[in-house]
Amino acid sequence: MEVLAYLIPISLLLGGVGLAAFIYTVRSNQYDDPEGDARRILSNQWDDKPKP
Amino acid sequence: MTAQIRPGTAACPGCIAAPAEPVQPVPEDVQIALSLPGIHCSACIATVERELNAVPGVESARVNLTLKRAMVQAGPDVRAADLIPVLERAGYEAHELDASALTATQADKAGRDLLMRLAVAGFASMNVMLLSVSVWSGASDATRDMFHWISAAIAFPAIAFSAQPFFVNAWSALRVRRLNMDVPIVLAILLALVTSLWETSLSGEHAYFDAALTLTFFLLAGRYLDYRTRAVARSAAEELAALEVPRAIRVTDGAEEEVAVSALTVGDLVRVRPGGRMPVDGEIVSGRSELDRSLLTGETLPVFAEPGQSVSAGEVNLTGPLTIRATAVGQDTSLHRMADLVAIAESGRSRYTSLADSAAKLYAPGVHILSALSFVGWFLYSGDIRTALNIAAAVLIITCPCALGLAVPAVTTAASGRLFRKGMLIKHATALERLAEVDTVVFDKTGTLTAGTPELTNLGEHSRSDLEIALALAGASSHPLSQSLAQAAREAGIKPARVEDIVEVPGYGAEGQYRGQRVRLGRAAWVGAEQGQQTAAWLAVGDRAPVAFLFTDSLRPGAAEAVSALRQAGKDVVLISGDAEAAVAALAERLGIDNWQAEALPEDKARRVQALTDAGHKVLMVGDGLNDTAALAAAHVSISPASALDAARVASDIVLLGTDLSPIADACETAVKATRRIRENFRIATVYNVIAVPLAVAGLCSPLIAALAMSTSSITVSLNALRLR
Repeated sequence: MEVLAYLIPISLLLGGVGLAAFIYTVRSNQYDDPEGDARRILSNQWDDKPKP
Repeated sequence: MTAQIRPGTAACPGCIAAPAEPVQPVPEDVQIALSLPGIHCSACIATVERELNAVPGVESARVNLTLKRAMVQAGPDVRAADLIPVLERAGYEAHELDASALTATQADKAGRDLLMRLAVAGFASMNVMLLSVSVWSGASDATRDMFHWISAAIAFPAIAFSAQPFFVNAWSALRVRRLNMDVPIVLAILLALVTSLWETSLSGEHAYFDAALTLTFFLLAGRYLDYRTRAVARSAAEELAALEVPRAIRVTDGAEEEVAVSALTVGDLVRVRPGGRMPVDGEIVSGRSELDRSLLTGETLPVFAEPGQSVSAGEVNLTGPLTIRATAVGQDTSLHRMADLVAIAESGRSRYTSLADSAAKLYAPGVHILSALSFVGWFLYSGDIRTALNIAAAVLIITCPCALGLAVPAVTTAASGRLFRKGMLIKHATALERLAEVDTVVFDKTGTLTAGTPELTNLGEHSRSDLEIALALAGASSHPLSQSLAQAAREAGIKPARVEDIVEVPGYGAEGQYRGQRVRLGRAAWVGAEQGQQTAAWLAVGDRAPVAFLFTDSLRPGAAEAVSALRQAGKDVVLISGDAEAAVAALAERLGIDNWQAEALPEDKARRVQALTDAGHKVLMVGDGLNDTAALAAAHVSISPASALDAARVASDIVLLGTDLSPIADACETAVKATRRIRENFRIATVYNVIAVPLAVAGLCSPLIAALAMSTSSITVSLNALRLR
């Protein structure tokens, strides 16, 4: 059962990373325009060079 | 109507540059918000952003496709009026939005806050659930204790953070010595945490950390759904309000300047251009024109306006520019005084108790009594306070209104989403429940059943040459009757005659020379004719007797369907209008409405609605004008079209976004269905309780059973709600 000493912290850490990532996306306004972002990704306008 | 008529911005570059008094420090950058109702694809986004970024002075432009809006960051000398033609040339309809009326960022903060709490509760409940699963599947002794301690370490901070909204609500209810749905929730969560901690410290078998967290998670999900639905409605309603940018043109020493309506004071001279709306109450100082009062009184006949006459805020100036001296501004205008009527009428409506509240009223005391009884019973039976407390906690957790918390928001979200796609905006939380009870529908005429645009009725009665002259004169005017006449004539294939020296005489009509004769198109008195009952424009050619072009208000699309569908559904349809008797009678006959009333004052409308209510009817009021606002507020539930005056939209529960009226009948049906689903959900939740509560009281409920009962009931309730979509 010693394996629990590793597994529980690892599972908490991974879950925590997911939570932190989600909070980051909320804070950086990534859910403001779901419809527009879904379509923007299909546009090939900035495929060759990044948007200035 | 309001949606199309917008006060002309930017008079001329000179006026803007004119040295205005420094009302406020000019900001470095201006934020311009544009509404783009026509965008729908990725190409639209790219085009709009490219066009906007190409305008000199624009720093950045970003399109939000979900809200159909563009936010432009630009230098101080860029104005929305400069950007709109750019977009129109690119083929997109654009309207300026009042950026200060859009408080989206502020509202968003509350939503984001809830989402964050939901995420934390979800994360914590999943981790604790994993640990609990291993306990249920046989972890024992030290391992179980360790798992319980870890669960406690996760659960306490997570609940302290995510369950805050419940704590706050429960506290505010308890402080005024009342019970709401949040009191049993908080009690269950706290009791579960405390007994579990106690059990854990004694190396006990049962810990309810997972239950406390899943409970928080599901309830937060319900709250979040509820919030989302209302946020969508609020942002759409805000957008409608933001479309009317409150600006006026003030004249000081002969120079015009554009100022915010709130900056006007009594005695200011204000210029109102044709097509503009009166920003304040006042008296006409110079200019002649006609006024459209339909939004205030329901009259369709334009009123002649000349110096000395008083005007009220909200009236629309039709033909000539007017200068008015403000006699009342802001809160004192007749527009705002009408709002007081609304406030009085509205106090009656707040007495409605929502289904959720009435359920909570039955439920909350029952839960507490049951839990207390099982505590006392077990304490007397076993004499062990630990067992008794454990069982009391189990009862509270099982009965906790988890599914009840989801039952209403899940259904309202699904139903509002469905109605939103059909062009209806549910503004009020309980509007759907109230709409389901409606048995009488009261319609306003002007602007509601009719589109507010005139329609020529006797084109065939005129000779071709008359029509050609009329078209030439009408084509030069921006008066609604002229425009309608010109359009009808062009559609009939008429070519304009060669009329020379056409001048528009504001307030009267248009005049010109045709083959040496004077020709006039305009008001009856001006061309020497007798004014009849019906809206008419008169044509006089030389000395010949004038001929009349008669108009009726064209029906709004879907009006006939809506009325017949409502009658078919067994509802009484009533028409109450402030317009003249002849016009109302004609419309009532056309739509097959037997019960109608004409020349009703705003108070009459409200009184009639009140009388119907007192007679035990549940009244749905559909109206758009200022004269309807009191009636809208007095009715059980109310609908107004998007073209309605701001005050009317504020007073109503539901806003129709399109021009079509036919969704009204459909909405009533959806509302009935939604209410049925809500009741079904309550029943489902009760069934789960009826099965699980005896187990809990008997002390047979393990944390596993609690978790199962809670999750399955929540999921069933959500799925049942989704059937409505």
